[in-house]
Amino acid sequence: MSGHEDTYKPGGPVEKWMDERLPLMRMMHGQFVDFPTPRNLNYLWTFGGILTFCLVAQIVTGVVLAMHYVPSAGAAFDSVQHIKRDVNYGWLIQPLHAVGGSMFFIAVYVHIFRGLYYGSYKAPREVLWILGVFIFLAMMATAFLGYTLPWGQMSFWGVTVITNLFSSLDEVIPGLGTAVVTWLWGGYSVTGATLNRFFSLHYLLPFVICGLVALHIWALHVAGQNNPDGLEVKSKSDTVPMSPYAVMKDMFGLSAFLILFAWFVFYAPDYLGHADNYIEANPLVTPAHIVPEWYFLPFYAILRAIPSKLGGVIAMFAAVGILAFVPWLDWSRVRSAKYRPIFKWFFWLFVIACLALGYLGAKPPEGSYVTWARIFTAYYFVFFLVIMPLVGLLETPSKMPGSITESVLVGEGHKEGGGTAAAGAVPAAPEHR
Amino acid sequence: MLKTRTILGLAAALCLGASSAAFAEGDQPHIERNTWSFGGMFGQYDKAQLQRGFQVYREVCASCHSLSRIAFRNLVQPGGPEFPEEAVKALAKEYEVNQPPNDDGEVVKGPAKLSDRFPPLYANDKAARAIHNGALPPDLSVIAKARGLHYDGPWYLHPWSMLKDIVSSYQEGGADYIVGLMHGYKPVPSYKRDDKGRLTPVTETSGAGIEQCVSVTHGEHGQPDTCNQLADGMNYNAAFPGHQIAMINPFAAHSKDAPQVTYQDGTPQTVDQYAKDIAAFLSWASDPTLDQRKQLGWMVIFYLLITTGLLYIAKRKVWSGIAH
Repeated sequence: MSGHEDTYKPGGPVEKWMDERLPLMRMMHGQFVDFPTPRNLNYLWTFGGILTFCLVAQIVTGVVLAMHYVPSAGAAFDSVQHIKRDVNYGWLIQPLHAVGGSMFFIAVYVHIFRGLYYGSYKAPREVLWILGVFIFLAMMATAFLGYTLPWGQMSFWGVTVITNLFSSLDEVIPGLGTAVVTWLWGGYSVTGATLNRFFSLHYLLPFVICGLVALHIWALHVAGQNNPDGLEVKSKSDTVPMSPYAVMKDMFGLSAFLILFAWFVFYAPDYLGHADNYIEANPLVTPAHIVPEWYFLPFYAILRAIPSKLGGVIAMFAAVGILAFVPWLDWSRVRSAKYRPIFKWFFWLFVIACLALGYLGAKPPEGSYVTWARIFTAYYFVFFLVIMPLVGLLETPSKMPGSITESVLVGEGHKEGGGTAAAGAVPAAPEHR
Repeated sequence: MLKTRTILGLAAALCLGASSAAFAEGDQPHIERNTWSFGGMFGQYDKAQLQRGFQVYREVCASCHSLSRIAFRNLVQPGGPEFPEEAVKALAKEYEVNQPPNDDGEVVKGPAKLSDRFPPLYANDKAARAIHNGALPPDLSVIAKARGLHYDGPWYLHPWSMLKDIVSSYQEGGADYIVGLMHGYKPVPSYKRDDKGRLTPVTETSGAGIEQCVSVTHGEHGQPDTCNQLADGMNYNAAFPGHQIAMINPFAAHSKDAPQVTYQDGTPQTVDQYAKDIAAFLSWASDPTLDQRKQLGWMVIFYLLITTGLLYIAKRKVWSGIAH
């Protein structure tokens, strides 16, 4: 949200000197202190800050782990044990990173569902949303590469199964898939060469994520934040400065989130992982059930629900890719599901479908599990391709407040004037603030 | 309403998370959970139990299973069995390990020191298999983390069970599995075949139509059931996936009058006690910093609770004049 009032005053001669040459402090002050945030944001809006914390925490713990980790087929498993047993506070840093990955995904899923519910992808935030989808993709790639590194049985067989998916390209151009897989592996099977390159890329991608996050925040600060009522900011009274208001709220949200984080790190460090990954990778022994980490399970269920290898792979990637098109799939004039009585139900059904797919992804692909996985997979795509456009078109939005200020005053019990139905929904041109 | 939604969101994410711990049911046997001194938020290892467990390892398991990630010094360190240093030094001397090359460039074996790890029992996996009829006795250093229990209740209670395990910080699945395995050695179950070829469990062990099966594969489309028989050199174990295990019952020679392991501290000398002690010892071997972790853990949680409370008060104060 460019154009808001600039209250930055250089604090001394050094800052003044700097301000005349590179106004970095002025920019930071403008973006993170003065920046106007809608006053009606709820706690779901604290997850952006939480995610930033997660990214930084993963990089910091990861850099330390990389000082002790050995990315070779013969030594990787032992080096993780060495970190946990012999490195000073290695027993703490290793689970901080491993659990941290899961926490990162919990936060990102809350963040994505929040965006879907409140229509945060709608104009003028399409680019912001698409950048988010790229971040999500990069996170998935990073997490997948990182899970290889402990070189346990699940690491090894997870990599084998997932990289092998590319061999389905043989169905398109014979030989292409096999060539791609050999190229990814750096050989004719998953070996130490694969591990080594995965380690290299696992170290690289987080910095790509950092870049994407910078763009994501930039786009956010141009379009301004969405809010639970999905109304555009119209007057100064609709917003409060980021500091201290949003900052204070974010700090409280982060601190509460850290309790959950700490609980897993200290009291259930292995709960989110898989026992088989404490068995060293063995190319000759296949585990009874190969399952990915929990955050991939819904997509894994979609992959296995399709009775064709190539089809499954396409469906799995489409399940993520479709998110990028959401801004144009939703034909509703209203942003927030708070004022969408019909869409609301379909949304919660979608959440249930995702959870169910996660559950089914951990089950063997047999019997009724497959049937249910197909039903929920169908709903997953129907939600985006049919329900989003149609419900958006047909539904009559419920009565909306005229402005953010009005919505919070109504919420507080001071009934001041009635709202007008659907007014203020996605205004063509936001007036001067 | 908003709070409810936040909680729902988190709960949903948690449920999703937990399902990775879920495994296929099918032929997974039910194993009981035990109470462990090191379970729960304030759980710590019982030093005496770890010492007994080490004794069981030495006298029973060590003949086939290595412990190659554990160093002798670990047995002295706080949070473990905490044997006296002199005793462990003496113990280490009983083991022969490769010494650094001497001036002639020869690698000779010599007595182990505190800093050495338990020497491997086999030159390599193939050597181990050659000795053990094709079976490979796994190294026990991380075995307690490499095993676990499988949820075997109805699916609709699964999310609830996962939440319960998270809240109660249940991490002792490996230890419970080890105890279950030690108790799992039983006679091969008997089944009786009816005229349609279906097998049903019976209590009689011999007679017409009685068959001993480690497991039964149900015939589809009216085909008769298949009785899977115990393979040569294998043993029946009710707790082991597939019920056929190469390991013999380690406590087969145990009897009340001639206990297999003689405890010095008056602890009952039963197979159940041996099983629990070895499971506790192996839990420590796979997670030697648990005591330290749980001690720091509650301080961190306590600190975060206070901080979160203070931040909430501060947030209320900051927002007090503003409707939101």
